[in-house]
Amino acid sequence: MVNLIWLIMLVSGIVVAAATGKIDSVTQSAMKAAELGVQIALQLIGVMSLWLGLMRLAEEAGLVRALARVSAPLIRKIFPSLPPDSPALGAIILNISANVLGLGNAATPFGLKAMQELQKLNPDPERATPAMCTFLAVNTACITLIPATIIGVRMKMQSQNPTEIIGTTIFATGCAMTVAILVDAFFRRRRHT
Amino acid sequence: MSVIAEISRWAIPLMLCIIPLAAYWRKVPVYESFVAGAEDGFKTGVRILPYLIGMLVSVRVFVDSGALELLARALYPVFHWFGWRQDFTSLIPLAVMRPLSGSGALGVAAQLIEQYGPDSLIGRIASTLQGSTDTTFFVLTVYFGSVGVRKYRYAMKVGLLADLVGLIASIWIVTQVFY
Repeated sequence: MVNLIWLIMLVSGIVVAAATGKIDSVTQSAMKAAELGVQIALQLIGVMSLWLGLMRLAEEAGLVRALARVSAPLIRKIFPSLPPDSPALGAIILNISANVLGLGNAATPFGLKAMQELQKLNPDPERATPAMCTFLAVNTACITLIPATIIGVRMKMQSQNPTEIIGTTIFATGCAMTVAILVDAFFRRRRHT
Repeated sequence: MSVIAEISRWAIPLMLCIIPLAAYWRKVPVYESFVAGAEDGFKTGVRILPYLIGMLVSVRVFVDSGALELLARALYPVFHWFGWRQDFTSLIPLAVMRPLSGSGALGVAAQLIEQYGPDSLIGRIASTLQGSTDTTFFVLTVYFGSVGVRKYRYAMKVGLLADLVGLIASIWIVTQVFY
């Protein structure tokens, strides 16, 4: 699916640009995007090193395991295939907490770490496991308590009440997250039987 | 509400303080362990680089060429089918952009908020939509890419469906709460 979407976006973009006489923009967009990719990755390396270093400390101090134990009842229900002592649980919880608190640049390192731990449990390394699919479903539709960026934009545009959308945002994300978890569980069970 | 904002503000400094202290108390060689963990940051960053570039190039060409706008226009009938108001169609580019690119969606949302005003119906829906759901496409390709998984199975469907639910829920709740 991702191969097809990738190809369609690229080719349809080029066709539309050609049809509207903007073919030069394709070259520029592609080059700029490639440069931007390196920039993002480099920035991520810095932040990621910081958080993964900190996470190693938390692991060796036994904090990650303690956190995993505390939140195990809920998390185990969402991830039934994970062994209860899996180090992936700690990383998953840290990722979700960072997402909820709106700490976007801490969420990514923890999320990637969780994927690495989940991959260690994967019998077929090229194929996603059910736990990975569940994790990404929760991850892409995760509630953020304070959507700080958009509040900032609303402030700049002189909103009378920049934070009034917090409640509606939590509701909308809550709906998306509920559906994501339910549909994921549905697919998971269907593949099992 | 300010309580939550304070938590967000203090979370990182507190973690930076408490975790090393707890590790030191448990007799972990704090500096050396930190460095050993940080080493993985570089490897992971390098590993996701090609996935980032591949995705960014495709999305950028799609958006900059105007193909996104064409797709948005093709989706107008879907909005009518839901029985939504005529002016809600201005939200389509944002809804399409949201799963593809975080910074791109923020740009579209900011433009909508500026054009209609932050406290207008469209402005509030755009804010809600931008704040909910993540860039599904990006998270999936980069997260799976970082560990070399090529078969995503049903993950993409679930993510995109969640985005659609987020859109419908955003429109519904804003019209219910504010109008």
